[in-house]
Amino acid sequence: MTLHTRWRKAVNYIMLSLTGICALLAVVFLFFILGYLVYYGGKSLDWAFFTKLPAPVGEIGGGMANAIVGSGKLLLLASLVGVPIGFLGGVYLAEFGGLTFSFIVRYVTDLLNGVPSIVMGIFAYTIIVLPMKHFSAFAGGMALGVMMIPIAVRTTEEALRAVPRMLREGALALGTSKWRTVATVVVPAASRGIVTGLMLTLARVAGETAPLLFTAFGNRFWSSGWNQPIASLPVMIYTYAVAPYDDWHRQAWAAGLVLLALVLVANIGARLLVSGGISFKKA
Amino acid sequence: MASVPFIKGDQARSRGRARQFIQRLRRGDEVAHLITLLAASSIIVVTMMLVYELYINCSLTRHKFGLGFFLGRTWDPVSGDFGALPFIYGTLVSSALALLFAVPLGVGAAIFLSELAPPRISNALTFVIELLAAVPSVIYGFLGIFVIVPTLRKVVMPFVKSTLGFLPLFKGPMYGVSMLAGGLILAIMIVPFIISVSRDVLMAVPPEQREAALGLGATKWESTWQVVVPFARVGIMASVFLALARALGETMAVTMVIGNDPKINASLFAPAYSIAAVIANEFTEATGDLYLQALIELGLVLFLLTIVINGLARLVIIATTQKGVTQG
Repeated sequence: MTLHTRWRKAVNYIMLSLTGICALLAVVFLFFILGYLVYYGGKSLDWAFFTKLPAPVGEIGGGMANAIVGSGKLLLLASLVGVPIGFLGGVYLAEFGGLTFSFIVRYVTDLLNGVPSIVMGIFAYTIIVLPMKHFSAFAGGMALGVMMIPIAVRTTEEALRAVPRMLREGALALGTSKWRTVATVVVPAASRGIVTGLMLTLARVAGETAPLLFTAFGNRFWSSGWNQPIASLPVMIYTYAVAPYDDWHRQAWAAGLVLLALVLVANIGARLLVSGGISFKKA
Repeated sequence: MASVPFIKGDQARSRGRARQFIQRLRRGDEVAHLITLLAASSIIVVTMMLVYELYINCSLTRHKFGLGFFLGRTWDPVSGDFGALPFIYGTLVSSALALLFAVPLGVGAAIFLSELAPPRISNALTFVIELLAAVPSVIYGFLGIFVIVPTLRKVVMPFVKSTLGFLPLFKGPMYGVSMLAGGLILAIMIVPFIISVSRDVLMAVPPEQREAALGLGATKWESTWQVVVPFARVGIMASVFLALARALGETMAVTMVIGNDPKINASLFAPAYSIAAVIANEFTEATGDLYLQALIELGLVLFLLTIVINGLARLVIIATTQKGVTQG
């Protein structure tokens, strides 16, 4: 073996192992994050966290019951905005759309997906908070709802496109009208994929903090109505993490663990639901 | 003589078309079409409204400062003097730092996953890495505050300072919260995107390319680096652009570790500020229209920045996909 060949082989092994180390590093990040949150979060997670209101500043104890309920309410509002538009838009692209207009819709949807979440917050602020003159759950739900649309559209479209053509043709050949075919044959056949997509969308916006900072704002008590500021888990984590109190940091770890667990369970559940089926659109 | 009902071609066609339309209307198809069309159009309407609202709500600052807004170095809400340069600088430099760390790591990992790892292991690892993309950014920021910043302050910064401290990049006091911390946390956040798109692109390279290179006597690495990667370079570039757009717009994690100091400083150890961070921090405290509108104009700048980069990346992906080279 000449020296040159040996050199080439050495480079081969070194570079290939380097790529392996890169992959390992990327995976280690997740276990590192999980490990930290489970260790510190698990230590400070207790029953009071789920049942009590935040304690007044300076007092030890309390929980985040209002933030957990608040996050749920915000997600409900967001779904009311995001799911119908996302689902119907996806149906349009997959079943009814022409060529040019569909292309434009798809492109704009991708752009909307890339809009920074903080800008989405400003948008909701200018159209809801400014005219109403106060922060509200509506504004927060609106911001999250608009953020849901792009992924909901694209996953719905992909799920529908994965339905075999024969199913449609069979239904049409029996004399069924197009919309009935779509509503009773195609959508049910794609329902798993669609539900998965919606779950992933919800999981994504559930962790969003930036659009809520100046729309839903936050609240240390139970929210008194949909039209009032409301607490949410991500915003609580943020305010508690940057505050100078140790007890707040402890609770932020607990909240982080709960939020991460919810998001990861939704993600893993969604992917298991379609394992072997429609793959989730990336980025 | 009764004339044979003779109708011109286009008349017949339009009549036929009308009848068809009515028939379909009765069967509900047109209604369904219209409803879904409305939903699809509303996406475009919402996006246009977004641009309009951002633009119209910063008219005060646009008129008062004009283009000087982008070059001003002072940010003084008390005297009403607003310049965006420190924030633009912070956003661009922290994102560039993130790419510096994340691109080699991400492309390397993607090469491993597509070229070396057996399919089952590759899929399992990709699954884990894509979960990483689902972790909320506030959690990254949280870990940044309590893990990355102390590590930087106690271990990394003193070490770098003692070895490379003569460079202006590593001068000044070491607080931990810094441009470097912002870049690091962004890098960790965008790596999953680079890996997941690049891996798809690499896997779409036809196996003949690899076989031909190997057949000519290339080593595995040579075939990968000199044949497969160049073949997929456009798609990899697109993945980097997508990641860049994400890094530019990332808010919470950066806000929590970058130090929030609106100064332009050559040192990576110095605290900095980014566009998204200043909006997150000061929006609710903004007193007076001018202050608020200055922040909204910053939002508009951020929006345009990410839209342009995103738009280019998407076009590249679409163009290459149609040629059948890569998949986005």
